[in-house]
Parts: sequence; C-alpha cells; structure tokens
Amino acid sequence: MRTDRIRDLVSHVVLMFGVALSIFPFYWMLVMASNTTPDIFTYPPKLLIGSHLFENMGKVLDNIDFFGSMLVTVIASLGVTVLVLFFDSLAAFAFAKYEFPGRNWLFGLLLATFMIPAQLALVPQFVTLAEFGWIGSLKALIIPGAANAFGIFWMRQYARGAIPDELIAAAKVDGASFFRQYLTVGLPVLRPGLAFLGIFTFINVWNDYLWPLIVMTDPNKLPLQVALQQLNGVYGTDYSMVMAGALMSVIPLIGVFIIGGRHFIADIAAGAVKS
Amino acid sequence: MAVTTEKVDVPAVSTPKHAGGNKRPNKYRSALPQYVAISPFFILFAIFGAFPVFFSIWLSFHSWDGIGAMKWVGLEQYNYLLGDPKFWTAISNTLVIWVLSTVPMLLLALVIANALHNATRFRSFYRIAYFIPNVTSVVAVTMVFGSIFSNNFGLLNAFLQSIGLSQIEWLSQPWGIKIAIATIVTWRWVGYNAIIFLAGLQAIPSDVYEAAKVDGASPRQTFWRVTVPLLRPVILFTAVTSTIGGLQIFTESQVLLGDTGGPGGAGTTIVSFLYENAFVKNQFGYGAAIGWALFILIVLFSIINWRLIGGDESERLTSRLRRRTRKEQTDAH
Repeated sequence: MRTDRIRDLVSHVVLMFGVALSIFPFYWMLVMASNTTPDIFTYPPKLLIGSHLFENMGKVLDNIDFFGSMLVTVIASLGVTVLVLFFDSLAAFAFAKYEFPGRNWLFGLLLATFMIPAQLALVPQFVTLAEFGWIGSLKALIIPGAANAFGIFWMRQYARGAIPDELIAAAKVDGASFFRQYLTVGLPVLRPGLAFLGIFTFINVWNDYLWPLIVMTDPNKLPLQVALQQLNGVYGTDYSMVMAGALMSVIPLIGVFIIGGRHFIADIAAGAVKS
Repeated sequence: MAVTTEKVDVPAVSTPKHAGGNKRPNKYRSALPQYVAISPFFILFAIFGAFPVFFSIWLSFHSWDGIGAMKWVGLEQYNYLLGDPKFWTAISNTLVIWVLSTVPMLLLALVIANALHNATRFRSFYRIAYFIPNVTSVVAVTMVFGSIFSNNFGLLNAFLQSIGLSQIEWLSQPWGIKIAIATIVTWRWVGYNAIIFLAGLQAIPSDVYEAAKVDGASPRQTFWRVTVPLLRPVILFTAVTSTIGGLQIFTESQVLLGDTGGPGGAGTTIVSFLYENAFVKNQFGYGAAIGWALFILIVLFSIINWRLIGGDESERLTSRLRRRTRKEQTDAH
C-alpha cells in the first residue's frame, strides 16, 4: 500500500537522522585525534579526518603508561566477568532447578538487595577495603563485584525456561553430584545466557569510573578510565592527544560489542519487558 | 541482613562435622550443595554490602577524617547537611539535569522506537548504531562533548558563529553547564530506552490495533489512546531506571568540570558532592550522611514515579482497555 511505503520512508529518514547524531561524536573524536590541536582550534575548524593520528597516539604513550593501564582494566574486567559467570550461573542453577529449605525467602532477600544504591555505603566500603589492605590493589576492583544479584536474577529466569527437568532427573539417576549436574546439564544449556551476562559485565567493569577512582590510588596501577581522566586533567589543552587517548580506550570495547552485540541488545530489551 | 548469611552458612559449615554420626536424612544436609552454590553472593554481600550499610549509619554519627580517632557528634552531620547551601545546590542541580535529560530522552526514544517498529529493513544495523553510545565509556564520551561545548573554539560555538549568532560560554554559565551534562546523558541513553520501548511495542498484540482501526481511530488517536497506555509498564521501567540513574550522575560532571563542579559549583551533583566531601576533603562522617540523604531521595522519587505512572493501577487499566477493545472488535464483526 502507498501509505505504508510513505510511512516506511519517513521512518527511515527519522532513523538515519538519529543514527547520524548517535555516531557523530565518534567521528568527531576521530577528527580531533587525527589533526593537530591548532588545526582544531581555528575558525572554521577542520571537519575532516587528518593525518596526525599516529603522532597523537605516540604522544599518549609518551605521557601515560597506556598499556599498563589497559592491562589493569583488562585483568579487572576479565577477572570479574569470569567470576560473575561462574558464581551467578551456579547460584541461578540452584535457585531455578532445586527445592531446598528457605529457597524463596533467600531469593527474596537477594532481590531486596537491588534496592540499595551503590553510592549509599561508598565511604564504609572504602574503609572496609582499607582495613583489608586492598586499596590500590586489583583485588579491590575484582573481589567485591565477583557475584551480583542482577546476574543471578537474570540467569535464574533464563535457567527456569531453558533447562529441562528431565535432563536433571536423568543425571541424578546416573548418580551425578550437584556440581556435575551443573557442569554437564546446566552449563551447556545456559551458554547463550552466559554470553549476554559476560558481555554486560565486561562492559560495565571496563567503563566503571567512580569506584576505580576511589580505590585505585597507586599511580603505577591506574585503570584505563582513571588514567584517561588524568591525561585530560594534566594535558587538557592538547585536545588532539587527549582525544587520541580516548579513541584508543574505546576501540577494544566497541570491538567486543560489535562481535557480540546483536543478541546482547535483544536480551537487554527482553529482560526489561519481562520485569 | 548479615544474620541471613549466617543462616545460609551454618549448615554449610557445621554439617560436615556431624556427617559421620548423623543417621537421619536431614533436609538441610541434603541441600548442602545448593547452599554452597548460592553462598558466594551472600558472603560477598555481607562483607561489601550489608556490613558497610550498617557501618555507614554508625559513621554518619561521627566526625572522622579516616586517619585519626572517630569523634561522636550525634546528629550533628545531618544537622549541618540540612543547613549546607551546597547540599541544596547539589540537589537542585541534579534535579535540573535530570529533567533536562530525562524528558527529551524518553520522548526521543519513543519516536525512535516507533520508527524502528515501522521500519522493516536494516533493523539490526539501527539497533547497533543506537546502542553503541550506551556501551562507550562515559569518561571518553564526556571528553568529546567537553570539546564540542568548549568555550573557545568549541564545535558548537563555531557552528553558532557560522550562522551569525554570538558564542555562548557553555562551560562557565550555570545553564550552559547543565545543558552540556544533560546532553551527554541524553545522548548515551536515548538508544537504550528506544530499544526497550521497541520490545514493548513488539509485545503489543496486533488484534488491539485492528480493533482501533475497525473503530476508525486516527494514527494519532491510536498512538495516544492505545500504544501509550499499553506501554505503561515499560514506560514505568524506563522512568524508574532513569530516575535512579539520574540521581546518581557523577562521571559527566567530574570529568567535564573537575572535583568542584565548575564555576559556582553549578555542575555539582549529589554524588559529586558526596565524592568531594568524602574523598577530596576526607570528611568520612559527612560523606556517610550524604549517602543516606541520597538513599532517601531515591526512595522518594521511586515512590513518586510509581504513583504518577502507576503500578498495579495501570495494569488494571490496560487490561480493562484491552478487554474493551476486544469486546468492541467482536461487536463490530
């Protein structure tokens, strides 16, 4: 029908306009990172990608320990992701597929912890970690986030529908222990759910700022976001270099997202609509 | 809450000792593997969640710089907080930024979700393009927007100049600062909310729309009378999450303006006020008190959201509406 085609066309025009706004800051980041600061600070400014990208990236490497910071962030992100996937899926498997005394009550308690905003106890959390002697160490970034209520809740919803009771019953008949049932029956079925939770966790830890800012005080072990902000604070007038640093910090993550993105977006939306 | 964790752990820790002598099948003992499986979360929560929450109550009754002795001051921190003009500025800044970002964000998201719902091609391309801002680090994004809004030679000012308008010192003026922060928040979250609205739109059964069509409803009427009411639960979800997120804005302000929130503290949010007092000035007791103020505000605003957009009531309304449209449909046939 003609009205349908017009509606389709209008939709695409609206959407392309939105996409342009959505993508533009990335383009502008690339423009700034590939020109010199004087080139940007003129009127009219340069609006096209220049030829100084590698020079600016080199300056970033000269001024901050970029790869050291990236290593800290990669270890923290991978560490939290692996632990969260294991602990959350194990707990979700138990909550979803087994009867045990106090199960519903404990799950309710777990949901109640959602209500507590992360910043409420920021000061005592810092004090606690200081007592442990963890300030400035990777433990402060990894251990407190090693299991979380959101992941357990989400995986439980997933596990309830995805894991057939017959498979667990069959494994029990074979004499498999609970942990073996988790490994042989639970994990293979939960794999798509784990992919989502893994990307979600990895991205969150990678981008987290306030917590690392507070606990990662060792100047030799700054995570990427904190190092980037320091570069901005100290060399803020050299926009091109700061933007080159910003660009270098977002590329790995955008890579992770584009590889795993399609299912990821569908899962996030499904979670919101169900809850 | 710490008590609960002990309850989980008691069987987990103590049963192995009795394992030899215990002949009765104990329902707690047979569930031991399950308790072990769920224990990591509860143990971590007890140490890094519940304990700090209770400790922060205690801490907020003290004056403490984190190094010396804690000094009991009773309700003095709260008393001082309520009289601290900077606290009220931080609250009003946060609320202004929240309104400036949430209203355009949810409206734009609704428009985009509608367009996505109508568009048949390139859907996965659009989804990824709209979602990328949300997964990009706030620090990097804020730096880019900082340069766009920059007072001298910023892209926005270059644009204003090119169309013959005078430049605006965005990052020096109270409103300019708030608009800049709100723009970053909006840019980061429009796509996320659009994707969630889209999922909500796709969950609306087509028979409802057919009923509206049979009744001769215009597209505009269909949108406001059918789509929006049926989307209420999803709108509530996005409103609640944007409220909670909006009250916790920190990174945008700190990266853009530094620890003090820019000229006149016009960009100081509640969390950056907390950060500045607790971790820059080392006033731990005061920081703990600010944390509780933030908590109370979040609870308050969640209740307001719930009342305005409606929880159970809206569900009843939508199911009634659906029943009615169904009935009208059968009547029409």
